[in-house]
Amino acid sequence: MSQAVARSGQDDDIAAGLREVVDDWSADQEVFRHTHWGKAMMWIFLLSDTFIFSCFLTAYMTMRTSATLPWPNAAEVFALTIGGQSIPLILIAIMTFVLISSSGTMAMAVNFGYRRDRKKTAALMVATALFGAMFVGMQAFEWTKLIEEGVRPWGNPMGAPQFGASFFMITGFHGFHVTCGVIMLLIIARKVFRGDYDRSGDYSAVEIGGLYWHFVDLVWVFIFAFFYLW
Amino acid sequence: MATTLADDLRPLHHPKTWIGKYVWSQDHKVIAVQYGVTAVGIGLVALVLSVLMRLQLGFPGSVPWIQPENYLQLVSMHGMIMVVYLLTALLLGGFGNYLIPLMVGARDMVFPYVNMLSYWVYLLSVIVLVAGFFVPGGATGAGWTLYPPQAITEGTPGYSWGIVSMLVSLAIFIIAFTMGGLNYVTTVLQARCKGMTLMRMPLSVWGIFTASIMGLLAFPALFVAAIMMLLDHLAGTSFFMPTLFSFGQTTDTVGGNPILFQHLFWFFGHPEVYIVALPAFGIVSDLISVHARRNIFGYRMMVWAIVIIGGLSFLVWAHHMYVSGMNPYFGFFFAISTLVIAIPTAIKVYNWLLTLWRGDIHLRVPMLFAIAFIFTFIHGGLTGLFLGNVSVDVPLSDTYFVVGHFHMVMGVSPVLVIFGAIYHWYPKMTGRMWNKTLGQMHFWFTFLGTYAIYMPMHYIGILGVPRRYFALGETAFIPDSVAIANAGITIAAIVVFLAQGLFFINMIWSLFRGPKADPNPWGAASLEWQTPDTPPVHGNWGPKLPTVYRWAYDYSVPRPERDFIPQNEPPA
Repeated sequence: MSQAVARSGQDDDIAAGLREVVDDWSADQEVFRHTHWGKAMMWIFLLSDTFIFSCFLTAYMTMRTSATLPWPNAAEVFALTIGGQSIPLILIAIMTFVLISSSGTMAMAVNFGYRRDRKKTAALMVATALFGAMFVGMQAFEWTKLIEEGVRPWGNPMGAPQFGASFFMITGFHGFHVTCGVIMLLIIARKVFRGDYDRSGDYSAVEIGGLYWHFVDLVWVFIFAFFYLW
Repeated sequence: MATTLADDLRPLHHPKTWIGKYVWSQDHKVIAVQYGVTAVGIGLVALVLSVLMRLQLGFPGSVPWIQPENYLQLVSMHGMIMVVYLLTALLLGGFGNYLIPLMVGARDMVFPYVNMLSYWVYLLSVIVLVAGFFVPGGATGAGWTLYPPQAITEGTPGYSWGIVSMLVSLAIFIIAFTMGGLNYVTTVLQARCKGMTLMRMPLSVWGIFTASIMGLLAFPALFVAAIMMLLDHLAGTSFFMPTLFSFGQTTDTVGGNPILFQHLFWFFGHPEVYIVALPAFGIVSDLISVHARRNIFGYRMMVWAIVIIGGLSFLVWAHHMYVSGMNPYFGFFFAISTLVIAIPTAIKVYNWLLTLWRGDIHLRVPMLFAIAFIFTFIHGGLTGLFLGNVSVDVPLSDTYFVVGHFHMVMGVSPVLVIFGAIYHWYPKMTGRMWNKTLGQMHFWFTFLGTYAIYMPMHYIGILGVPRRYFALGETAFIPDSVAIANAGITIAAIVVFLAQGLFFINMIWSLFRGPKADPNPWGAASLEWQTPDTPPVHGNWGPKLPTVYRWAYDYSVPRPERDFIPQNEPPA
């Protein structure tokens, strides 16, 4: 009997705990306390964007499993011949390294933004944007290489036409995100450098831009896994 | 920090010119009206299309220029316009914009500029859509579901240009909706006035809020589907296109997956039903409560039912695909999840009825529409139980039974709520009162007309008459009574169509000549009726934001002066 009491007491705890969570969330004025409106909005946007990329990747998986022609071998397609030796996935390894590094510089920029360090914040944001531009540049190189090898949206010599089509579509959509991010980072960096945010006393734009940038990086990890490692 | 809801008006940009005030406006109320007028305008186009279809069905050949391909174009454009460009835009862009800041006690949406962009991008999507009528080959005739491969294959009306205009327009609409939806959600989450907890918000806001979140998660699937089909069509990819044998030739496409499009489309399409229905649920709850002078029965249950319906609606999409050729075992799962939704939905219906029970019901025009909604929604919901079951659905699939069902449940029901809501909030929006007699006439024509139109459709559907057919021809299984029913439906449809004139005359005439309205003519307790000005001015609340002390449903309190307690009245 004591066991039953203890268990029901536990249930009550859980119920009470859940109720507290609901009450906390539904308390007045703000669900996320002291959160900048823009930051909340960016999080929600990223959730929505996650669904876009999920749909793209799910569609990709479906197409890959239902394609009637054989799927090309990623290790061969994405190999570079350097010094007469074919090295698989070398370009994409560098690209991924560059993009992940840019997340590091972005995190540092946000940190200096919190400390209101105008110059370092701006410099690190420009560095992040440069990494991003480098990534897009290498992507353009990769696209060029594939196009030279005869990969087209409507077909390719290696196998299923869906390979090239989904590759161009999804990396293109991601590259578009990176490009937008680079432009956004440069605009924000300029404002940081000019001291706009020191005057308004609000550095949130740096953090909000950072959220977007980390998201774009995170998405890349999935695209990388699904296209290059599968 | 810019997060506080400070009582100062600084963040608001007060325009000086007429154009700044009414065209490039950042005021959520003006944007709401812009959204509303545009949506109703394009909705009227879709209404005319439906009358043309009915003329062809009821009196074949009576409109000589309607050929089979035109008929398919009418069907497709009517469906897409009504679902996306009218209902979604009007309920979220229109009512969402107008009601959210007023009901939660905010000065405006959190990002008025983005909100303004949302409207203009929406207008662009409407223009691109309408352009589809005028491109070579005309609008798309693929049905509103736009299934490939047929949608982009030679032989389908508008397969070359019309489908491009449709897909591009949808992508633009989704961008517009995202900008608006982010605003609605963030405003509800972060910009409520003091004392306005989530569990004190009127159900209208709950419905619009949940629907906005769903929109942000469901529209991506349509966006992706639209982009992929555009690429299939314009760049020659084979995402959805298998190898086809068409006009004696094999197509260049190979190995695509048409079912994939259906999954993406319905992953959007089913939540879309509730994106339209949930705001209607919320609004109708408020209408019933106010005009029956009773607190809404089971407020917490109503909120949870909205949230649960919103969540479940993402798990049922393939019940639209029982006959698509997908794995039959999926049908088992999707039939169960579909029928489970009936539980929270039934909770809502019972709670509406229990709110009416022993209420002090005032049968004013908005209330008439609200009660009519309960009727049509129950009828549409019950036929949904038929169609949710795989074995019953298979023979009924693609018949007029389906047409009757979804027009009842997601066509007419939200439209009735929209009418009710317009009549309900019109005095606040314009400061003037509409004509009662015209309103009642409009109601009875619309409500009875609804039944005259859609009830016979169930009957001819059970007889097996297929939908989307230009003409039925000589078929053994279709009796003569179907022709009579079709003629009757068409006559009813024309009457209902003409009766909408009463509504527009009433609204436009009252806008200029209507008697001045009381700031709170219905004695409603929610915040939007307590504004210092009627209609509310930019900034909504004068120098100080309101403080909320109670929920929105304190009606029939025994007090001499008035029988309700406004949300912002301090405790005695």
